[in-house]
Amino acid sequence: MLSVPGWPGHRAGQHVDVRLTADDGYQAERSYSIASAPGADERLALTVERLDDGEVSPYLTGELRAGDQLELRGPIGGYFVWDVPLGGPLLLVAGGSGICPLMAMLRLRQSAGSTVPTRLLYSSRSLEDIIYRTELDAVVATQNGLEVIHTLTRAHPEGWSGYQRRIDTEMLRAVAWPPGERPLIFVCGPTPLVESVADALVNLGHEPARIKTERFGPTGG
Amino acid sequence: MISDQELRLDGNAAAGLLQELFVHEITAARGACASCGAVGEMGAQHLYMFPLSPGAVLRCAACESVLLVVVRAEGRFRMGLRGLVWLEMQDTSAAS
Repeated sequence: MLSVPGWPGHRAGQHVDVRLTADDGYQAERSYSIASAPGADERLALTVERLDDGEVSPYLTGELRAGDQLELRGPIGGYFVWDVPLGGPLLLVAGGSGICPLMAMLRLRQSAGSTVPTRLLYSSRSLEDIIYRTELDAVVATQNGLEVIHTLTRAHPEGWSGYQRRIDTEMLRAVAWPPGERPLIFVCGPTPLVESVADALVNLGHEPARIKTERFGPTGG
Repeated sequence: MISDQELRLDGNAAAGLLQELFVHEITAARGACASCGAVGEMGAQHLYMFPLSPGAVLRCAACESVLLVVVRAEGRFRMGLRGLVWLEMQDTSAAS
């Protein structure tokens, strides 16, 4: 959670660039999606996945303390963005920490009182790796038109009745609306997942122009 | 060994860099590829921009031709734009 005095506000799906400067002047910069909903708040929520061989994430997750200052640039991006007037039906597909910008969209949908039909297909390694699980369960329980479909790719608890494989064409066929309903689709996650999901959606007949992607690269950093 | 495909990003990821160069938000702008004529938003094109690399290369999502190159070095930015026939952005001063 970052407090940003003078924050001009953001749109759901936008990111910030975080720049770290070492004592010797060496700089490293990474982009992080904003997970909090747009609003008047000057506090931003970023969710950072720690990569042990990363340059930036070990610092942000391990060494950064409350009160430390960071150099930020943002809000950034006008392409991978959802606003309430864009409507739906809305299909969100996330792999791992790719949930972050999609979470901002879901939180905006919630705070704006939108009931646009929305499905989130969310791939995680295991039940414990699902980010925002409690919050997602709580929103689903309000029955406001959000459905969340999980798939667990590595480990699943006994009695798990959901999907337990990587997202594939069959899964997308079952979860996505028929192409004729022209769902607006946002896909975010590691590059290989995003590429295979986007290709499968196009093969199923969805309009490429209705599919927006945000690739994280192979790792992120 | 990581393949080029795995390293691919979306044009959207260059929004911060492009924000330093343009008044308008360029990833939402539409452009036409000089090689194949495909028209699309810059955020939807393929981006190759890695940590520690001196710049960014944006390639057409349809034909992989280079659309735009930005290099940052020695206190300057140099931008190559020969892969774009045109670039169209919202006129924010016009009434919507």
